[in-house]
Amino acid sequence: MNFDDTPQEAEFRATARAWINANAPKQYEEELRKSSLGRTVLKNADILEVAKAWQKKKADAGWACLHWPKEYGGRGSSPIERVIWQQEEGPFGQLSRMFIIGHGMCGPTMMAFAREEHKRTYLPPLASGEKVWCQLFSEPAGGSDVAGLRTRAEKDGDDWVINGQKIWTSGAHYSDYGILLTRTDPTVPKHKGLTMFFLDMKSPGVEVRPIKQASGASDFNEVYFTDVRIPDHQRLGEVGDGWNVSLTTLMNERSAIGAAVSTGFPELFEYCSSLMLDDGPAIEDRAVRSKLANWAVKASGLKYTSMRAISALSKGERPGPENSIGKLVAGSMIQDVATYALDLQGANGVVSGEDAELAGRFQAMLLRAPGTRVEGGTDEIMRNIIAERVLGLPGDIRVDKDVPFNKIPTKGRA
Amino acid sequence: MNFDFSDDQKQLRDQARKFLAEKCSPKAVRVVLDGKAPYDKELWKGLAEMGFLGVAIPEEFGGAGAGHLELCVIAEEMGRANAPVPFSSTVYLAAEALLIAGSDAQKKKWLPAIASGEAIGTLALFEGKGNPSPKNVKLTAANGVLNGVKKPVADGAIADFAVVAARTGSSGRDSDISLFLVDLKAGGVEVKSLTNLDPTRGQAEITFKDCKAEPLGAAGEGWSILTQVLDRAAVLCAFEQVGGSDRALEMGRDYALDRIAFGRQIGSFQAVKHMLADMYVSATLARSNSYYGAWALSTNAAELPEAAAAARISATQAFQHCAKNNIQVHGGMGFTWEFDCHMYYRRANAMALGLGSLSYWEDQLIDRMRKKNAA
Repeated sequence: MNFDDTPQEAEFRATARAWINANAPKQYEEELRKSSLGRTVLKNADILEVAKAWQKKKADAGWACLHWPKEYGGRGSSPIERVIWQQEEGPFGQLSRMFIIGHGMCGPTMMAFAREEHKRTYLPPLASGEKVWCQLFSEPAGGSDVAGLRTRAEKDGDDWVINGQKIWTSGAHYSDYGILLTRTDPTVPKHKGLTMFFLDMKSPGVEVRPIKQASGASDFNEVYFTDVRIPDHQRLGEVGDGWNVSLTTLMNERSAIGAAVSTGFPELFEYCSSLMLDDGPAIEDRAVRSKLANWAVKASGLKYTSMRAISALSKGERPGPENSIGKLVAGSMIQDVATYALDLQGANGVVSGEDAELAGRFQAMLLRAPGTRVEGGTDEIMRNIIAERVLGLPGDIRVDKDVPFNKIPTKGRA
Repeated sequence: MNFDFSDDQKQLRDQARKFLAEKCSPKAVRVVLDGKAPYDKELWKGLAEMGFLGVAIPEEFGGAGAGHLELCVIAEEMGRANAPVPFSSTVYLAAEALLIAGSDAQKKKWLPAIASGEAIGTLALFEGKGNPSPKNVKLTAANGVLNGVKKPVADGAIADFAVVAARTGSSGRDSDISLFLVDLKAGGVEVKSLTNLDPTRGQAEITFKDCKAEPLGAAGEGWSILTQVLDRAAVLCAFEQVGGSDRALEMGRDYALDRIAFGRQIGSFQAVKHMLADMYVSATLARSNSYYGAWALSTNAAELPEAAAAARISATQAFQHCAKNNIQVHGGMGFTWEFDCHMYYRRANAMALGLGSLSYWEDQLIDRMRKKNAA
């Protein structure tokens, strides 16, 4: 058991560190370091432009999408090299946030199912950040129940015609392309009638409407499709095999290992270290210490769980359910941490934004936290995954199993 | 980087698990639980023969000289099997205190006896309620003679010797405390067994009346040595707790698959699935914190105090969480003497107190994190 790099890993780390040191946009470092709340905003710059510039610079020097094959714009690195890169990139890695869906999910899905000429055309500009991709899966009728989607694709000559609506699409408002899961046959059970495509988000009939979230920000969108035409050669996988294609996408989502999960703990510890309560420093208060200790061991437990996963990866073992744990634990923890930080502020905790303590950092965390517990699978879905795939417990009973999609009830109460 | 046990260490784990499955069945544990024996002598002998008691004791003192990572691996299996033997008091507390502070003669006398299973040792620290603290040590030592009462002393009724914390000064500082080594079979010692939450590991009250004792370590160094011993024991106990957590989770999972209610396996109900998923999460976090503790222990890293406190808190919480919810999954049956669930529930709650309660370790963790941040 040791934490040392192998000689090759050490060499890779040194090279990466030197390059980052010489090239990273250092003027944003402090701002990036302080905005670890699932949302990065730069005060005096357009974050999309800054992010694209950094990604392009990385791509030109061969540091983009490390795990992708070189011919599609990647570096062909090992998983452990990818982790080392993330460690070295530090706060600058946050700039890649708007590319996460494209690099982590759309790209791998394209690699697995697109035609060779499409891979060569579309993947390098995705890797270099010149083009941004989004993933059009969720719908108003199906959040956790992804396969319950209703957006239709009907064949018309060499094209498919799309009608319907998607929701919770991250980054659709600045995306150039998207991968799209549709229903091509409503007369078969829900998982069997789906087909996957990729499309140009500027196609006629695509309308993107940003959703204003509880936090006040607009990271997600509704996307409407009205007679949108997609040529058949942009189909990913076979007609009716969309569910399997989407599983590839989702598995890639869950194997994005090594990414540091925000728990809010370092921020709270720092805050309590300097905060004065009525009876003295917060950090010397028995109740505060108990709370902090409980969160400290969760945060360290997550950190070392992810290190165990990295070790397993470096030995060629497949990633397990560690990431389900990360999001599950961090999601409710960040919510509780934020609630507690505001409690420590007393009545003044109600004030948010620039007028609040620490420029409203914990208030912003509180309002963003519910999203973490829902996006990418709710806490309940994460627990189901652990119970079923790790512990081997029976799957949930599905009354719509084997029922043709168009015979599944759509309303709870008549 | 390799944040995992080596293949050899994993092989040792398999070996220990197999041995304990054979020699330490729930039925064997029940002999002690039912009060028919103070501990499982046969198992203790077997553990010695396997070399498990002296795995971290250097070869020159009769041990296997393997190391603390190997001891962590065995500790996990001891917890999984709920072994009714004085392993933690002898191996984690008494042996570690000797390794840290013992003179060559003391090591030569006691360590080979521990490794061979001939001597059972313990730490006599507590004097009634309260957490580890110099001010809670009232027992006095003067001219090599001890006077006072220790309770509870883990495995005190079966121990051959004890490391005793005694007051040798009145300055109000940590340096008031010194450690002594006492042969419990000699004169001046009165031992009374106490009933306790976990009968598979006994507790005793020991009264020292003009009892002769030899110093262990330098005078006034007692508290500093004790802190090190407690930190090391915290990591080792954490592995026992992780083993117990995993076993409680497995029992709950197996029962949820076997038991049918309302026409379904109860493990198909989301409420039950989610309870088991949460048990898995807490056991996993505890395991990861404990691995970090194991690394710090085995390398004697500067991070050990913080890592030990984190492992201790995390593993204590996980074992309590898994043990209580295992009973919940089992429903009414889980609450019977006949089912094994309560053995783990008892062990989890007794272990949560043995090295000082959670509040003590929470304080330790925050103090140590502050120190690191200030550095």
